Amino acid sequence: MNPIYLARRRRDLLVRALCWAAAIFGIVWLGLILFSLFWNGLAGLRPSVFVEMTPPPGAAEGGLANAIAGSLIMTGLGVAIGAPLGLFAGTWLAEYGRHDRLATVIRFINDILLSAPSIIIGLFVYGFIVVPMGGFSGLAGALALAVIVIPVVVRTTENMLLLVPNSLREAAAALGMPASLVIRRVAYRAARAGIVTGVLLATARVAGETAPLLFTALSNQFWSLDVTSTMANLPVTINNFVQSPYAFWKQLAWTGALLITLAVLGLNVVARLIGERKGK
Amino acid sequence: MTFIAPAADSAPAAAFAADGSTKIAVRSLDFFYGESKALKNINIDLAERTVTAFIGPSGCGKSTLLRVLNRMYDLYPGQRAEGEVLLDGKNILGPKQDLNLLRARVGMVFQKPTPFPMSIYDNIAFGIRLYENLPKSEMDGRVEAALKGAALWNEVKDKLDASGLSLSGGQQQRLCIARTVAIKPEVILFDEPCSALDPISTAKVEELIDELKERYTIAIVTHNMQQAGRVSDYTAFMYLGELVEFGETTRLFTAPRQQRTQDYITGRFG
Amino acid sequence: MSEHIVKAYDKELGALGRRIAEMGGIAEKMINDAMDALSGLDAELARATVATDPRLDALQREVEELAIMTIARRQPLAVDLREIVGAIRVAGDLERVGDLAKNIAKRAIKIGAEPQLTRATVGLRHMQEIASQQMKDVLDAYAARNVERAREVWARDAELDALDDSVFRDLLTFMMEDPRNISFCTHLLFCSKNIERIGDHATNIAETVHYIVTGETMPIERPRNAPGA
Repeated sequence: MNPIYLARRRRDLLVRALCWAAAIFGIVWLGLILFSLFWNGLAGLRPSVFVEMTPPPGAAEGGLANAIAGSLIMTGLGVAIGAPLGLFAGTWLAEYGRHDRLATVIRFINDILLSAPSIIIGLFVYGFIVVPMGGFSGLAGALALAVIVIPVVVRTTENMLLLVPNSLREAAAALGMPASLVIRRVAYRAARAGIVTGVLLATARVAGETAPLLFTALSNQFWSLDVTSTMANLPVTINNFVQSPYAFWKQLAWTGALLITLAVLGLNVVARLIGERKGK
Repeated sequence: MTFIAPAADSAPAAAFAADGSTKIAVRSLDFFYGESKALKNINIDLAERTVTAFIGPSGCGKSTLLRVLNRMYDLYPGQRAEGEVLLDGKNILGPKQDLNLLRARVGMVFQKPTPFPMSIYDNIAFGIRLYENLPKSEMDGRVEAALKGAALWNEVKDKLDASGLSLSGGQQQRLCIARTVAIKPEVILFDEPCSALDPISTAKVEELIDELKERYTIAIVTHNMQQAGRVSDYTAFMYLGELVEFGETTRLFTAPRQQRTQDYITGRFG
Repeated sequence: MSEHIVKAYDKELGALGRRIAEMGGIAEKMINDAMDALSGLDAELARATVATDPRLDALQREVEELAIMTIARRQPLAVDLREIVGAIRVAGDLERVGDLAKNIAKRAIKIGAEPQLTRATVGLRHMQEIASQQMKDVLDAYAARNVERAREVWARDAELDALDDSVFRDLLTFMMEDPRNISFCTHLLFCSKNIERIGDHATNIAETVHYIVTGETMPIERPRNAPGA
């Protein structure tokens, strides 16, 4: 057989083997993480986890109710603040600022923000919100999460709107539709699934963030829905408990980690389902 | 050896016959994409209630010219037109021209069918709602009339709530025509409306164009010369941004006056 | 004329042109032979002439089939369309010319039994010479796509018409001189009419050449010196 073809086939086999190896290597670690989470966390998953407060040191009774509620509140608030801002900014980038030099600058800054370590965002909010307001608060935590949500939503919104074919915009404009209406009624509608997916993925991303909450919401051992004071949350609680000498705290930390993972997994699955439905 | 008769009239616009009044008059039109000149001194008259076809090789400027007539180019910075385009005698290239009102008068159907991501009903109603507040019953009537006008009613009357995207390519294109007709324009521009359609769908669209010219002034850009021959009353041949020849379709296709027109329509272009 | 992008198209048009040229050659020869047979009372030549006609008919059918096939496959436009339509028309004219020549040849065979009057064929011979020249010129004009030469042929047809009238008067005189000439002269009368018609077909071809080249039809009325007989 042709020697050049044979050499190419050998190279093909080699590259294919390497790809398989790399994929298996990655999946094995992912599998191990999930396995250890279930192995260690499932044992502590009891109804009391959802109704009882985080226990004081040494106690053998308690749950994560206040942390779960805090996480839900701060994540929800963070997404509620960040997603619309990201949506508008992304819309400007994709629709109005497309030929604007400012857009290039904003896009660049957004990309930096996207990859900024979340602890820096936590420090930023600490410096600009927590210190002037004179204390840690759930609101500050939500704002920190919002700052993380914004660049993700900006990016996905812009990308999804750019995927909407220009011919659709032209067709709408050809009917005499003003630009704002073209965006709201046509472009958003066409990009809806993608944008919703982006927001869900951003939510999943911040749901597990610890660093930005450390300096902002801190934590709280008791039930509190007051966003102006410190607020319990799963990531920081896990962080605190896992470092403690108490076995029960460690158990709760594992369970909390499992809960976050399941929530993130769920959001990802929903996002994927929406994405797939759009593909049809 | 030349097979071309001496040109009786070299000014293309003068070839225009005196039957019917001028709906659109293009005067000394130049068009620029940034620095590059895409249209050079175009002069042409489109007669009311006739079909004018624009033919020419890719990049000759025929689509560009069409996109000047409803100022579609305004969506993109860096594109500009110089000269005059008179719609019923009024220049539409002026800065004070309201683009949305212009586009309501000069509708456009595109190469690729572009139904909006909504139901068949809403695809039509959407455009109407931009200009009129109609009660539901009246709107139903308008939607039905538009779909009938586009010879689509019988095919979709039982599934008006289905997505416009669920239709076949030919049906989608007729939906787009219905959508354009629904807002009662005066001029309809067709930018290669059949290039993505099979022969049967193409024939349906051509039949539609034939009916539409009773009420509308139509301009159509097409790569298919036979189509230009079938649907149009007048044909303009463009080449490298210039209007080479303009005249009655039958005359232009049997006895063109310009060598370049002849070479192009007989398939002799190198 | 530059070539088509699709070379097979040029080949098809070329095949059409070659058949027309062949038809022209055959038609010209038939006219000459028929007249030679008539004036020389050569029944052999006359039969040979009659036997050529089917070839001309077959060629005409070929031209039509080729033309229809080309129209169906290429959807010709402009000069190509005129070329093909022109080829159909010219082939039709040439086929008719062949029929007329055949008719003269048949009469030459019949006349062989009649009393002879050689001076009566002189005018006819002159007509035939002009008609043959017309055919030759118009076929040259067609081959060269030359409007000027075609127009000359077109204008010259009046000459043939005038000659036809004078031949008519001569033959009438011969018949009145001696009733035994009537049968013979009547045949010649038909032959003169045939030659006059051959001239008409030549002008038809001239008009076709004009249309192919310019895309415009010639005026319907062509100059005439005398009303048609």
